[in-house]
Amino acid sequence: MRIKFQQNLDELKERLLIMAGLVEQAIQRSIESYSTRDLGLCDLVTRSEPAINRMEREIDQLALDLLAMEQPMAVDLRFILAVIRINADLERVGDQAVSIATRVQHMGMFANVEIPVDIPELASLAAAMVRRALQSFIEGDADLAQSVLSMDDQVDQMNRDAFQSLSQLISEKPEMAPQALHALIISRNLERVGDHATNIAEDVIFWVRGADVRHGAMLLDKAETAL
Amino acid sequence: MGVDIRVENLNAWYGQTHTLHDVSLHIPANHATALIGPSGCGKSTFVRCLNRMHETNPIARAEGSVRMGDVDIYKDASPVEIRRRVGMVFQRPNPFPTMSIYDNVASGLKLNGFRKKRILDEVVERSLKQAALWEEVKDDLRKKSGASLSGGQQQRMCIARALAVDPEVLLMDEPASALDPVSTSKIEDLIFQLKSEYTIVIVTHNMQQAARVAERTGFFLNGKLVEFDATHKIFTNPSDKRTEDYITGRFG
Repeated sequence: MRIKFQQNLDELKERLLIMAGLVEQAIQRSIESYSTRDLGLCDLVTRSEPAINRMEREIDQLALDLLAMEQPMAVDLRFILAVIRINADLERVGDQAVSIATRVQHMGMFANVEIPVDIPELASLAAAMVRRALQSFIEGDADLAQSVLSMDDQVDQMNRDAFQSLSQLISEKPEMAPQALHALIISRNLERVGDHATNIAEDVIFWVRGADVRHGAMLLDKAETAL
Repeated sequence: MGVDIRVENLNAWYGQTHTLHDVSLHIPANHATALIGPSGCGKSTFVRCLNRMHETNPIARAEGSVRMGDVDIYKDASPVEIRRRVGMVFQRPNPFPTMSIYDNVASGLKLNGFRKKRILDEVVERSLKQAALWEEVKDDLRKKSGASLSGGQQQRMCIARALAVDPEVLLMDEPASALDPVSTSKIEDLIFQLKSEYTIVIVTHNMQQAARVAERTGFFLNGKLVEFDATHKIFTNPSDKRTEDYITGRFG
């Protein structure tokens, strides 16, 4: 039993979960800032970014050290590789949170108008994907991770619907174009959050099962085998 | 050229101790195949069965089928013939200490009755070149004894000696475990180059080495072949939990 190595792996997991906590908090605050137009929350999200970036670098360094010093194999190697990828995805979820907060700040400069898109609903679904993907990582549960993948279609559809509705709004009421464009970008940010949650879930499946399911790889493999 | 090796239901004993249990596998020609496993797992016994060295111990015996190409080595050939076809390199270099470098490399040929100097010269040069040692020793072939070389050079000289008799298979039992990293790297480069001409089977405790040099890897445990698969599969996603536990250091 490689006790020190196991301790290092535990530490890597712990640090990634701290990072995940920061990112989840940022995305939740950015979503709440949209609903409440609370510029103080926007400020908190923006100020959390350096800490998230710092965590990303620290986790990468620890993972790099373990790869170099311990030459991990099999499930340990897959775990470290999954952590490196999840780390990058989490940092990008943090970027999306900052982008949403920035849009909300800009929207504050205009009159508060009713946007014909249920951004909080979309946000709630995207945030749930992130939460479930992280839960699957904590528990090493590939089945739970698998369930995240199917949620992404719904988020994508809501984003497409938002595009339709907001395009129509802009053409019908050009004076509302600035708010509509900000809402459109937020919708796109949330769709990206869903994509990152999907990536995280795929990395959990890779870690636990050793299967690469990215880009529908398993389905493609089966189709190629059938040919 | 190398030949493939088909092993079926190979069992081996030392006295009453059953050390290999029903091992079956196919080692492809002109590839490097690594055998890993904890001490005493049977991997060295297995390779010693591949050139009938196992039976040189009076209390040892083996049963089963080992085919090299078309030849069943336990039925169709003598041990002497098999050992000409199957070269072996050991953990510690074993030069003949009183012989020159030249005589060390030529010793196998001389034992097989070759006496013509021109042929011996050619084979010694070719073998030392194949073992990536020629440039380092070409001016001292007859002046220096084999034992005067560094550990890494001695091991490459032993590889040259094994290659000189033109074998089809090269067995390497932890060939780099007594060497420094630079010499180890040279041996690994050599394995990479030699496998186009020979079938190589390497026993190693160094899993990174197995991962670096071999296309296929077998994991032995308690005298049984637990798993035999493509090396990248063994080291990234093994099928058997015991393999995973071993290569991740959870036991052994």
